[in-house]
Amino acid sequence: MASSHGTPPVFNNKVIAWIDHRLPIFSYIEKEYHTFPTPRNFNYFWNFGAIATVMLVLMIATGVVLATNYTPHVLMAFDSVERIDRDVPQGWLIRDLHMNGASFFFIAVYVHIFRGMYYGSYKAPRELLWILGVVIFLLMMATAFMGYVLPWGQMSFWGATVITNLFSAIPVVGESIVTWLWGGFAVDNPTLNRFFALHYLLPFVIVAVVALHVVALHVHGSNNPTGIDPKGPQDTVPFHPYYTMKDGFGVVVFLIVYAGFVFFAPDYMGHPDNYIPANPLVTPAHIVPEWYFLPFYAILRAIPDKLGGVLAMFGAIAVLFILPWLDTSRVRSATFRPIYKWFMMVLVVDVVVLGFCGANPPEGFWVPLSQLATLYYFFHFLILLPILGKIERPLPLPPSIADSVLKKKAV
Amino acid sequence: MASSSIPAGGHSDPTRRDFLMVATGALAGVGAAATAWPFINNLNPAADTLALSTIEVNVTPIQVGQAVTVKWRGKPVFIRHRTADEIKEAEAVPLSALPDPQTDNSRVTDTAKKVRPEWLIMIGVCTHLGCVPLGNKPGDPKGEFGGWFCPCHGSSYDTSGRIRKGPAPKNLVVPEYLFTTDSLVRIG
Repeated sequence: MASSHGTPPVFNNKVIAWIDHRLPIFSYIEKEYHTFPTPRNFNYFWNFGAIATVMLVLMIATGVVLATNYTPHVLMAFDSVERIDRDVPQGWLIRDLHMNGASFFFIAVYVHIFRGMYYGSYKAPRELLWILGVVIFLLMMATAFMGYVLPWGQMSFWGATVITNLFSAIPVVGESIVTWLWGGFAVDNPTLNRFFALHYLLPFVIVAVVALHVVALHVHGSNNPTGIDPKGPQDTVPFHPYYTMKDGFGVVVFLIVYAGFVFFAPDYMGHPDNYIPANPLVTPAHIVPEWYFLPFYAILRAIPDKLGGVLAMFGAIAVLFILPWLDTSRVRSATFRPIYKWFMMVLVVDVVVLGFCGANPPEGFWVPLSQLATLYYFFHFLILLPILGKIERPLPLPPSIADSVLKKKAV
Repeated sequence: MASSSIPAGGHSDPTRRDFLMVATGALAGVGAAATAWPFINNLNPAADTLALSTIEVNVTPIQVGQAVTVKWRGKPVFIRHRTADEIKEAEAVPLSALPDPQTDNSRVTDTAKKVRPEWLIMIGVCTHLGCVPLGNKPGDPKGEFGGWFCPCHGSSYDTSGRIRKGPAPKNLVVPEYLFTTDSLVRIG
């Protein structure tokens, strides 16, 4: 579906025509974002790619402004953030947008990932598109982690300590790697400096990978709720105005909820301990990462062995890279997979349970529960998906996208 | 590459041109690695960070049963003046009961090989993921084995700072230290 229908555009404006003849950006926009044939049956889950893009731009915009007032030094970082909150004109707004923006960026991306899994968007020929997405997810996690360190509160400091210490689990060279990451013998000023530098750099790396993600997307076009390929013009609509409008609507609704948090509960998703300046001699009684890392944190703690826990945590993301080959079913959409549909829901519940396990101290029934949930997470990907694809009997697929849409209307 | 020098049908002996190709490539690789090294090594601890490597502590004010925390290389160091019971308890543990077997004696020996079982000096950083274990202050929980307890992921250490239970793989690290006099200890 790469080729757009119709002839290349003719520009009446002479300046645009002159530029386009030398650098065809206008043709590109016309082809990829205007006439681009897009399945006509998207539901609102297909908004979240656009929403995530908007959040990325918003994070970079607010981040650049924050950086103009932030001081990456252990003695001044905490105070400089407080100054942004209290003294800098609209500093509180920019900071709350950035702080909550991270959470809402992850919300958008988690919904986006769920949509990809539910509708089988990772299946051929979109495997690389999916893998680039997992790369973006990893880069986001690294960026968010380093950003959380910058205010230099207690959670910043101890989060940084715990996460960098993960690498000490690597046999033989682990300790040297950790010293190298820190630039010293503990998380200290050199660590804060480099985390700031990387926190500024990585978002632009994300932009680059997002560009590749979009290029890969536009080769075969978007998947859709039926999971079947468009077979002709009757199955598609031009991207503009149909999906620019639908995405625009979704973005506005999403931003309303986001603004609700920014203005009425800016610290709801944060942790109060991070308003205590970092103290290298006192660990808070209960260290928790930001909510979007909790399921992975639970997996880390579920394994009663240091190296094993670290491997399981990274494995939980690594398994996503090979998801296109673990799922052996040829049917993409869960709509037509009566068993997979339910197991996908069980996986969502499992990840939420892991989140609660990660938020609670590792004692009592939380320990066996997190172990059970971890086991199920890997069971889903490594055992269930390969087998299910072979034994499940999918429902009959509709003959075409147009058919499925029009039939639904008739009933 | 170098196809013009290979007769039709391929499979000729390596030519002078092939040799130059490989040699140039190898040299470029070495050059790239040599250029990368300063960028990587740049992130290692700087000279001023390394210079903060020794502190001296006067242990006279620490009564039997008390412990203090001092800062060394940005990390807490625990100095505990152990009671006779604590020493006896630590010495009585069979090595087979320890995940990281070390005798109590080997953990209270300074760099001059002098054993002082009453002074236990350790880096107060959990060997799991780097939290500071509780147990140095009077009201702190000391865990199941009467030593230290890490609140982050539940590791318990005994009265010799050895790991007994939980995810931590190693005993609390004993830094190099030397009692320069009976009351003065130099750490680092």
